[in-house]
Amino acid sequence: MATVEIRNVRKSYGPVEAIKGIDIAIQDGEFLVLLGPSGCGKSTLLRMVAGLEGITGGEIAIGGRVVNHLDPKDRDIAMVFQNYALYPHMTVFDNMAYGLKIRGIPKAEIRARVDRAAEILELGRFLDRRPSQLSGGQRQRVAMGRAIVREPAAFLFDEPLSNLDAKLRTQMRVEIKRLQDRLGITSLYVTHDQVEAMTLADRILVMNHGVAEQIGTPLEVYQRPASLFVAGFIGSPPMNVLDGRIDDRGGAVLLPGGQSLPLPQPRPTEAGRPVKLGIRPEHLAVADAGFVIEVELVEALGADTVVYGRLPGGEALLVRMAGLPSCRSGDRLTVSPPADALHLFDAVTGRRLEG
Amino acid sequence: MKPTRFIDLVPHIVLIVGVLIFAYPIYVTLIGSTWDSGTIGRGGLPLWPGGQGAANYAQAWAGEAGDRAMYTPVRTMMLNSLVMALSIALGKIAISILSAYAVAFFRFPLRMAFFWLIFITLMLPVEVRIIPTYKVVADLGLINTYAGLAIPLIASATATLLFRQFFLTIPDELLEAAKIDGAGPVRFFVDVVLPLSRTNIAALFVILFIYGWNQYLWPLLVTSSGDMETIVTGITKMIGTGESANDWHIIMATTVLAMLPPVAVVVFMQRWFVKGLVDSEK
Ligand SMILES: Nc1ncnc2c1ncn2[C@@H]1O[C@H](COP(=O)(O)OP(=O)(O)O)[C@@H](O)[C@H]1O
Ligand SMILES: [Mg+2]
Repeated sequence: MATVEIRNVRKSYGPVEAIKGIDIAIQDGEFLVLLGPSGCGKSTLLRMVAGLEGITGGEIAIGGRVVNHLDPKDRDIAMVFQNYALYPHMTVFDNMAYGLKIRGIPKAEIRARVDRAAEILELGRFLDRRPSQLSGGQRQRVAMGRAIVREPAAFLFDEPLSNLDAKLRTQMRVEIKRLQDRLGITSLYVTHDQVEAMTLADRILVMNHGVAEQIGTPLEVYQRPASLFVAGFIGSPPMNVLDGRIDDRGGAVLLPGGQSLPLPQPRPTEAGRPVKLGIRPEHLAVADAGFVIEVELVEALGADTVVYGRLPGGEALLVRMAGLPSCRSGDRLTVSPPADALHLFDAVTGRRLEG
Repeated sequence: MKPTRFIDLVPHIVLIVGVLIFAYPIYVTLIGSTWDSGTIGRGGLPLWPGGQGAANYAQAWAGEAGDRAMYTPVRTMMLNSLVMALSIALGKIAISILSAYAVAFFRFPLRMAFFWLIFITLMLPVEVRIIPTYKVVADLGLINTYAGLAIPLIASATATLLFRQFFLTIPDELLEAAKIDGAGPVRFFVDVVLPLSRTNIAALFVILFIYGWNQYLWPLLVTSSGDMETIVTGITKMIGTGESANDWHIIMATTVLAMLPPVAVVVFMQRWFVKGLVDSEK
């Protein structure tokens, strides 16, 4: 068990900068999720922690020890890969035991550790099988077992559930969470799936184009997205974003359609400033006054309903309502958000306007 | 879908005709090795076995004087051929798997230059470089030795390329997992790459053993004494230049014996291919 500190870490591939300076200190036992779209540099950052990728700039410390120039085997980490990377010619037992054998751990202890991991992961019956004789979910568990038996300072996961079908993914997600709670080992977990991030993480690092857009607990990231990017990436369906302007007294946002939404706190200093206004679909509710939308499409998901609407000015507006649909396409609907559910972002930089 | 009788029949007929065309000369050799030299000499070889088989084979095996000449015993020639073929096959596999490992898994200066160097040797078969090679082998004092027979034939661009192609299909993550598990390059080679290459090695072994066994020009040049004779060159030397009649019964017996090791290798190694395919570990 250990802390993992990433200090102003950069990575360049030739002229291309894949990681542009990331800073984060991961607590002992914390579960940190690196979340972002494909190609944003999540794997690169994780692989730098693992030692599989050189560090162009900055420092990485595991358990207080700077590891920039240590080999992967000396960093006291274990990694779970998206394609599991099990040794195809070895049995499940040997797959889990291989790293321990190389480290010269006595046979009896290897046996004990593998048996314990197999019990936790319910792999006991499969120890003599080859990976090719296992299902996807079982292989995934063997990959986890290989990490567990090492008893490392930190677990590194690179999209470990992406190769599983939806049902198994949900099931394994719960198992990983339980396992990490039980073992309390510091974990870095890469995913592009916001549901995985929200459910697993103690904290989420949202990445975009090699920079950290926001670092925070799942609720912080959801409730106070630090940028338009985070606002659009977290939440499903994604947040509605409308162009607007703060009125001359700083007390409301004016929208092109002529509506005016009062701000929870007045912003006299920002009077007249152009902004982007974010409203989550689930925060819009049918009301007497507010946005009038024409319903274009209704998606009934069972537990809730997503309404695709269009404002008179032509902007799309999504509304998510609990329960079964109460409207049809072609209907007119008036919806409005509560005042404290408005998110304001700088129209140019996309950063959140705090307060 | 039910294939009609006709469609079912045609491939079988083609196959049977093919088998007959291939098998007939072998059958004639087999039959010829069981008759006495007189019967064959008159040109009237029957299509059924004669009674001389045991005697002919014993004579060929021990190298007793034939009716007309003295031959190197088949057992000596077989041993020489076996040593040569095994050295070539195993040597080629060892050299090429190591060089392919280096080219496929390591980043070092001039890596691609080395790769292309290996590659262009494909264009230089033994025959093209045979005179300089002979000079080198002679200067090293390797004429009439097993080393002289095998070593010049061991370097193999083909096998290197085959192994490299196979290694490129091994996922990077496997290497990375091994690195994290603490395996260095040698361990990774021994514990992961070698076992995964088993079926490739078996396939190559068959091809290369037969390639080595059938070598003709090089052994002809580099051996001069009878006790270093290989069986392929030995057979041709048994066939005279026309001044005297040939001991066809001994030649045919020798030929049949010469076919046995390659056949044995194919038959035995075939099980390994199938096993490798059925295990589907890749
Ligand atoms: N070996 C490499 N050489 C050059 N560019 C690379 C290499 N590996 C990754 N990249 C680039 O770095 C960026 C981040 O990649 P990666 O970390 O794999 O993204 P993610 O895991 O978030 O999908 C991508 O734009 C990718 O093209
Ligand atoms: Mg990735």
